[in-house]
Amino acid sequence: MIRLIDVYKEYDNGTKALKGVNMRIDDGEFVFLVGPSGSGKSTVIKLITGEIAATQGKLMVNGYSLNNIAPRQIPYMRRTLGIIFQDFRLIEKKTVYENLSFAMRAIGASPREVRRRIPYVLQLVGLDQKADRYPGQLSGGEQQRVAIARALVNNPSMIIADEPTGNLDPQRSLEIMMLLERINELGTTMLVVTHEKNLVNRFAKRVVAIENGRIISDETGGYYNGEKI
Amino acid sequence: MARRFDAGYYFSEGFHSIFTHGFMSFAAVCMIVACLLIMGSFSLLAVNLDHMLGDLEAENEFLAYIDENYTEEQALGLQAEIEAIPNVSKVTFVTRAQALEDWKEGREQNDLLDSLQPEVLRDRYRIHVSDIEQLGQTVDQVELIQGVADTSVALEIAQGFVLVRNIATGVAAVLIGILLIVSLFIIANTIKLATFYRREEIAIMKMCGATNAFVQWPFVVEGMLLGLTGALIAFFAQWGIYQLVAKLVIQGNGLSLVTVTSYLSMARNILAVFCGTGALIGVGGSLLAIRKFLQV
Ligand SMILES: Nc1ncnc2c1ncn2[C@@H]1O[C@H](COP(=O)(O)OP(=O)(O)OP(=O)(O)O)[C@@H](O)[C@H]1O
Ligand SMILES: [Mg+2]
Repeated sequence: MIRLIDVYKEYDNGTKALKGVNMRIDDGEFVFLVGPSGSGKSTVIKLITGEIAATQGKLMVNGYSLNNIAPRQIPYMRRTLGIIFQDFRLIEKKTVYENLSFAMRAIGASPREVRRRIPYVLQLVGLDQKADRYPGQLSGGEQQRVAIARALVNNPSMIIADEPTGNLDPQRSLEIMMLLERINELGTTMLVVTHEKNLVNRFAKRVVAIENGRIISDETGGYYNGEKI
Repeated sequence: MARRFDAGYYFSEGFHSIFTHGFMSFAAVCMIVACLLIMGSFSLLAVNLDHMLGDLEAENEFLAYIDENYTEEQALGLQAEIEAIPNVSKVTFVTRAQALEDWKEGREQNDLLDSLQPEVLRDRYRIHVSDIEQLGQTVDQVELIQGVADTSVALEIAQGFVLVRNIATGVAAVLIGILLIVSLFIIANTIKLATFYRREEIAIMKMCGATNAFVQWPFVVEGMLLGLTGALIAFFAQWGIYQLVAKLVIQGNGLSLVTVTSYLSMARNILAVFCGTGALIGVGGSLLAIRKFLQV
């Protein structure tokens, strides 16, 4: 569950990235956040993950109010989120399995929990045969699947993906998007930032469009830049 | 999921991190060794001087000679006056005949001795003081007493020891202070480098919801391991240096005043102090370096 109420963000250099954003995402939803470059999409994501703070406005993430959260509570808020980036951000010198166990140990999971959880998640993303590979031995699409598995491994209630297909060819992108759809169907809320018009329009999902720091449309059924397909 | 203190994880991460930037770790350990060695050497010097002072103090007495014209009774009359001086702990009267006997002991071979008359030696008081650092003033006060003709005192030696000990303590304190700060910064830099090498992993851990404590522990362990490694090396190096110096001092020393305390008798304390200081520098340095992770 995410609520943004009249959120403004002005960066230190004076850039006004968000100018009064209101957004509500309920549990179980699949939402595309679209908009041109520099419109403020990543800024929204960073506000939700607690990486930056809003200049003004209210933010609620999975029951945590980010306006008055104690710094020591932020890690626990983050555990309710699985985060995916365009550039995968895997640890090159760790195998697929180790990348996932690293993420689990980071929040204090026991070795037993690690052994139980990882095979399930790897199977879900279709990489159960490649657990012992290093990221460098995988294709881009496979690497992004590892990143998705890592986002899932701690069983978050919501996945936040900032341009997860930005580095992939159309076929790989489609596969990744279908995987995210599948994960959403299993109950995880999904917020996906993307540029890719065709992809968005293929999945008839809710689409929130942002431009110049303001939400310009929010409709379900495959809208992009106000154009209905 | 439960919050657990995963000591095995912290230890193995901290341990491996040391070798990913081996040279810096090496430099940090060397710095700690140098710091501990200098600290140890000065402390050991101070300890030894203190022991020697203790030996001196055990026989911290001087002699006050009584005017030759005083009779024995007159001389004895001065005892109360001497005892009244603050720093005086014990006063013993020695007659000139007695003094001569003592002096003669073991010197029968000497022909000159026969010519020595008891009158030449005067009645005297053997005076013990409680604080050797105030020996000078006490001697002055005794000399002011009517009837005391002269005093004989190894003042220079006592003062010399006190001075050297005080200088050693002072220099040690200053050096230790400086070196502690330098070591702290070297460790802090090493750990900063370690965090730099692992910045991606740190970012991922934080993204996954790792607490600051979890992120920090491996670095604290790393700092502590560097500190303890330095402490162990310094302990053995100090041993070697000490034995060498002790040998030289004992060989080149005519004065039976100089005694050397054995290293082994102090080994446990030295090891404890070194390990404690090393670990403190290590942990302090790493906390200094990772302070920024305390903020989100
Ligand atoms: N750290 C920052 N400091 C200053 N300005 C920033 C910072 N990050 C982003 N901006 C500015 O804020 C605005 C919104 O940036 P944001 O990254 O949210 O855009 P975006 O929609 O994610 O773009 P893209 O599709 O290219 O990733 C841009 O004008 C950008 O230059
Ligand atoms: Mg962006």
